[in-house]
Amino acid sequence: MSGVMLSEWTKLRTVRSTVWTMLGVVIVMIGFGYLNAAAARGQADRHPMIDPALLTLGGAPVASLMVASLGVLAISGEYRTGMIRTTLLAVPRRMRMLAAKTAVFTVFSLTVSLLTCFATFFVGQVVLGPYGTGLGEPGVLRIVGGCALYITGSGVFGLALGALVRHTAGGIVAVTVTLFLLPQLVGVIPGGTGARLMPYVTSVAGMRVMSPETAGGLAPWTGFGVFCLWIAVALAGAAYLLRRRDA
Amino acid sequence: MITTVDLTKRYGSTSAVDGLSFTVESGRVTGFLGPNGAGKSTTMRMVLGLDRPTRGHALIGGRPYVELREPLRRVGALLDARAVHGGRTARNHLLYLAQSNRLPVSRVGEMLDLVGLGQVGDRRIGGFSLGMSQRLGIAGALLGDPEVLLFDEPVNGLDPEGILWIRTLMRRLAAEGRTVFVSSHLMSEMAQTADHLVVIGKGRLIADSSVDAFIGRSSRRHVRVRSPELARLVPLLPQGHVTTHGDHVRVTGTTAGSVGETAAAAGIPLHELVEVEPSLESAYMELTQADTEFAADRS
Repeated sequence: MSGVMLSEWTKLRTVRSTVWTMLGVVIVMIGFGYLNAAAARGQADRHPMIDPALLTLGGAPVASLMVASLGVLAISGEYRTGMIRTTLLAVPRRMRMLAAKTAVFTVFSLTVSLLTCFATFFVGQVVLGPYGTGLGEPGVLRIVGGCALYITGSGVFGLALGALVRHTAGGIVAVTVTLFLLPQLVGVIPGGTGARLMPYVTSVAGMRVMSPETAGGLAPWTGFGVFCLWIAVALAGAAYLLRRRDA
Repeated sequence: MITTVDLTKRYGSTSAVDGLSFTVESGRVTGFLGPNGAGKSTTMRMVLGLDRPTRGHALIGGRPYVELREPLRRVGALLDARAVHGGRTARNHLLYLAQSNRLPVSRVGEMLDLVGLGQVGDRRIGGFSLGMSQRLGIAGALLGDPEVLLFDEPVNGLDPEGILWIRTLMRRLAAEGRTVFVSSHLMSEMAQTADHLVVIGKGRLIADSSVDAFIGRSSRRHVRVRSPELARLVPLLPQGHVTTHGDHVRVTGTTAGSVGETAAAAGIPLHELVEVEPSLESAYMELTQADTEFAADRS
């Protein structure tokens, strides 16, 4: 691990917001998973069971927003305090700094998300009992792993938007709007255009990777690819402005 | 060594820094003086590669800051002591700085002890006083044992003990042969710390000279003369250099010896004859008067 990455890891792990956010993610995921599973099992004789893997991952939208906020904070916090100058004095090659920060944040979020999503899945399956499923069933491993990928992707998207707007509240608003409000806005575009665009919108595309294959929408990995494109564009914009702007 | 060549920063139509060229030599403390808003911080940020100059360039040891590899080993800077994440401990703050430039982690504890924060290294920075934050900032600047140091207003908010500590530290760093560039608007502070001065006003260079030469340049250096026979003496003194102030006159552009001999030759008794050295403060006020007047007019 390069010195710059080690430095970014120290920064990430030594602020309280990181610990609290990730603790919140674990609680939300497992909590939603447990409640959804318990409710589904209680009504299993009256309602057809929806996908027993996806069912347990109902906390993902909230968890993704939390990790996205942490992503915003990872960089906007440096602008709020002015610490970004200290950072850029230590690492004046700004692309190196952004790359190291993004890499460290991605690996950290992915690790926490994977552990959380699989733990959530197993808790949910225990609750579902005979109605549950296993990782060996078709698509299940992809859905659970995909949930971690979507949460991580949201975090990186937040980091990119945080670097673009350089402001905590602004960054969190930006990431909430693009992940949650944008699908609804696109939905009201009249004349069928909205319906045609919908599969390509941020979270709609991104969540395909954690959903069962259905007719309509994009294929799981195509959807996630589109989501990664959104992230890449945001990161490219952040990188371009970081190079140009005064710190 | 720090060199700036035609360094210029414009924001729209206003120039924060305008064609600034100067050199900061090693082995001495160079004071960077100017009224608030003169462009001192902007200049420092451009030297450190944080702000992009509109024109011109700044070099440290012959290279732009952004091209330095592991720059903390070459250059240490304290810009704003409050620009830290308050939730982090002092030790972790220095730890990530050390890691970023692959400095030995042992430097963290050494620097905490050096600046007198050894006992509070594991406390969160958010609870630090301004003086403690300044000390932490200085620990960060010294972390890589750099040969070039830049301090932006380092004594701001410090108690007398802290000010004395920083003054002694800067003198010692310069004595070790390092380049020490320190900005301040406190003249009295610079008078006691700096060997050399770079003075700017409205983003332009006003003076680049030793402290002594800077004071000497001031027209306020004068000879004060009291005599019961001033009326006879004044016509004998250099015309246009004499001003009357109650019971005495001030003569500029001459020495006490010269005035004394003139008086003796004419048999004029003198009750007082003294050379008045202006303070750095008055020399500075004189040179930057245009700026302060402008600022007063505007407000």
